[in-house]
Amino acid sequence: MRIFLSYSFSALATFIHSFLAGLISNGMFLLVTEMVITGVSLIVFLVLLCFFLGYMERRVAAFMEIRLGPNRVGPQGTLQIVADTVKLLFKEGLTPDSSDKFLFNLAPFIMVVASMLVVAPIAFAKDFQLYDINIGVLYVSAVSSISVIGILMAGWSSNNKYSLLGAMRSGAQIVSYELSVGLSLISIVILSGSLSLGDIVKSQENGWWIIKGHIPIIISFVIFVIASTAEINRAPFDLAEADQELTGGFHTEYAGMKFAMFLLSEYINLFVVSAIAATLFLGGWMPFHIGGLVSFNHIMDYIPSSLWFFGKTFFVIFIIMWFRWTFPRLRVDQLLTLEWKYLLPISMVNVIFVTVMAIMGWHL
Amino acid sequence: MRGLIGEDILTEEGEFIINMGPQHPSTHGVLHLKIWLDGETVKRIQPNLGYIHRSIEKMSESLSYRNFIFATSRMDYLAAHVNNEACALTVEKGLQLEVPQRAKVIRTILSELTRLQSHQLWWGCTGLDLGGVTPFFYAFREREAIMEIFEETCGARLTQNYMVPGGIMYDVHPNFQKRVKDVMIQIKGKFEEYDNIMTGNVILENRLKGVGYLSKEDALSYGVTGPTARASGLSCDLRKSNPYSAYDQVQFDEILDTGGDCYARYMVRMREMRQSVSIIEQLIDNIPEGDFQAKTKNVIKLPKGEFYQRVETPRGELGVFIVSDGAASPYRIKYRSPGFSNLSALPIMAKGGKIGDLVAIMATIDLVIPDIDR
Amino acid sequence: MSTEELKNSITAILPSSTFDETGEFLNVVITSEELLPLMNTLRTKSEFDFDFLFCLTCIDWKDHLMMVYHLLSKTHQHTLVIKAKIADRNNAQIETVCNIWRTAEFHEREVFDLFGVKFINHPDLRRLFLSDDWVGHPLRKDYTDENMISL
Repeated sequence: MRIFLSYSFSALATFIHSFLAGLISNGMFLLVTEMVITGVSLIVFLVLLCFFLGYMERRVAAFMEIRLGPNRVGPQGTLQIVADTVKLLFKEGLTPDSSDKFLFNLAPFIMVVASMLVVAPIAFAKDFQLYDINIGVLYVSAVSSISVIGILMAGWSSNNKYSLLGAMRSGAQIVSYELSVGLSLISIVILSGSLSLGDIVKSQENGWWIIKGHIPIIISFVIFVIASTAEINRAPFDLAEADQELTGGFHTEYAGMKFAMFLLSEYINLFVVSAIAATLFLGGWMPFHIGGLVSFNHIMDYIPSSLWFFGKTFFVIFIIMWFRWTFPRLRVDQLLTLEWKYLLPISMVNVIFVTVMAIMGWHL
Repeated sequence: MRGLIGEDILTEEGEFIINMGPQHPSTHGVLHLKIWLDGETVKRIQPNLGYIHRSIEKMSESLSYRNFIFATSRMDYLAAHVNNEACALTVEKGLQLEVPQRAKVIRTILSELTRLQSHQLWWGCTGLDLGGVTPFFYAFREREAIMEIFEETCGARLTQNYMVPGGIMYDVHPNFQKRVKDVMIQIKGKFEEYDNIMTGNVILENRLKGVGYLSKEDALSYGVTGPTARASGLSCDLRKSNPYSAYDQVQFDEILDTGGDCYARYMVRMREMRQSVSIIEQLIDNIPEGDFQAKTKNVIKLPKGEFYQRVETPRGELGVFIVSDGAASPYRIKYRSPGFSNLSALPIMAKGGKIGDLVAIMATIDLVIPDIDR
Repeated sequence: MSTEELKNSITAILPSSTFDETGEFLNVVITSEELLPLMNTLRTKSEFDFDFLFCLTCIDWKDHLMMVYHLLSKTHQHTLVIKAKIADRNNAQIETVCNIWRTAEFHEREVFDLFGVKFINHPDLRRLFLSDDWVGHPLRKDYTDENMISL
């Protein structure tokens, strides 16, 4: 009963492990089997999640644009995205004749792999984490920037001038905004004193950082959301795609499933970025706790930790979607001005404030 | 581009050229721009026209004076009423025909409704071109109401063909007055919403302010007219200077701005929409009773001579030049279309800007390609 | 300036010009050689100040071509139509006015495309609407095409 109330997934994991250990005696084999099971279930989970995000984006867009959105295929249009995927599957996977075929076909996979790798250290619920790396924050910021290679590769190998322009824009953009993302992550690391995402979540047991950290952390949160929106190439920072300027930018030449993989990686990125924001600033799976109020905290614990995590993540996702459907796009020089003249200096000063706050112990 | 990757990206002179269009989302049709780039900066632009040239001028030479008007609905398809009106006015000028007052007022109301819906479409498309998709749907919500008025009045939504020499083809629908009044109330309430979602937005202001500057002298020299020229401070509203139909009976302001940039053009059009509503409101209660069409002969023959009529379309000055040799069809027709001259100023406006600026400039000079190509 | 004053001033500059007042505007008929000096005067002299060329086109009168320039002065609010007669249809050419009014550049290209009038000193005289290998000039009255149908 106690275990059930804590909604811990460790019991489930232990059960599966002991069940498999009974079947497979070789330790090496056991490890590989478990890894394959984890990998497959992760990929299935992420693909289903992207289906949902695709559906959610269209409904949110429709809501913003005073229209209905998909509501014909399946109940409330939920199967629309499945129908679209089937359509994309049957489309011809065209490779332009004069493109660099190897890089052209490799690029979508790099994009998807790069976005899926970032999922590893994220804590989805209490005791439900693929791998709690002790340098989790560093890992996240390092791996997430691999996707720029995929974009550059796609843009260059397409042998299309629009794609090339889009790729160059994207390169400049991701490299710039990486700095602000990093600095706003660091402010949490300073306060929690750990790079591990698991520890960061645990450090928010008596209140989330966005509440405990006063104004400097709110500033970091805002900067993080802005900069990471830019880093994942979403409107109003979608200059690499820029339909109206570059007709699709780096993925102009892609069709069918290869194009779908770019979409997949975009949605995984969206989820990952929101999950990181939720974990670092909004307490991850940690329920809403107020230090000292034991009975209140106890009631909050009855809500499953996974619900907390996904609730917060989808809140951030909704904010990022909200940006997309209400703002016009920035121009390329304004984009870089925003980063180098505003976000970066502000976050640098902010880090100093956070450091002072951490040393003086002013945070709650 | 052919051969290996990276080979033919630059020309022999080391220039980077991209072709924008004829299929491109922000050229609003089949316009083809050849752009010389230096990184993201536009060095030179060469418009390439003719992808939708249908030779309406040549065609009209073998059509009767009743029929040639209908071809003009396909020119500037967002302002079919105004195009038809221009042609009808020219023929009336040739026949020295006095149009009944009722027809004049109805023509003016429909022209202003046309201007409103054209500007609304422009507003939505500008949002779309700058990367914000949502304004498009807000614009279309009100535009739809106007299109329904057109549909009820003359059966067509886009190519109305309602103006005939001597007046209008049929009398308006009995619902017309009530419906127009309702729609005007609806639209007036939405202007604030338009401003909230677009006008005050920081990103939008940054995208438009100081971009695509056109001086008053250049506007005049390039023959730029309409809101695009008025944003440069060039007074050119033909409704004021050469009133036709019932424009001499209404009070309205000619909207002028001195900015000359994309933002000025944006604001001029936003303010013009309010003026159009005011014109319609002044006229809608005062539609005189009487004939809606003057008597004309079955086969219209214009006397020998040349007739020119200028009208103000949502995009600028439309001139219809008819040369008659006394036969039943025009000897020569020339349409001086507003978009054609406005486009010719695009290369100087966009020079030195970024690709994103070029899109903003094309959006704010409000190009309609069939109007340019004819 | 009134029509009468315009007539007198233009006669003073160009005695050979003839006038036609039947239409709405005052028409001045000249020959193609006289065009450029007259246009320059009309644009630069402050009493004329024709700063807006609002229409430029051509008419094919079967035995000759007639260039038509509609001019307007924004300062004086007077209008004038200049007609330049090109007698030689087969080798039609006339001076360009696009150094005076920039808008003429596109309009002259259109006339070149559809009427085959060559504009001397035009900066970029190419076909505007039709493809470069098109044969003939469609708005001429004697233009025929095997695909043409009469309505």
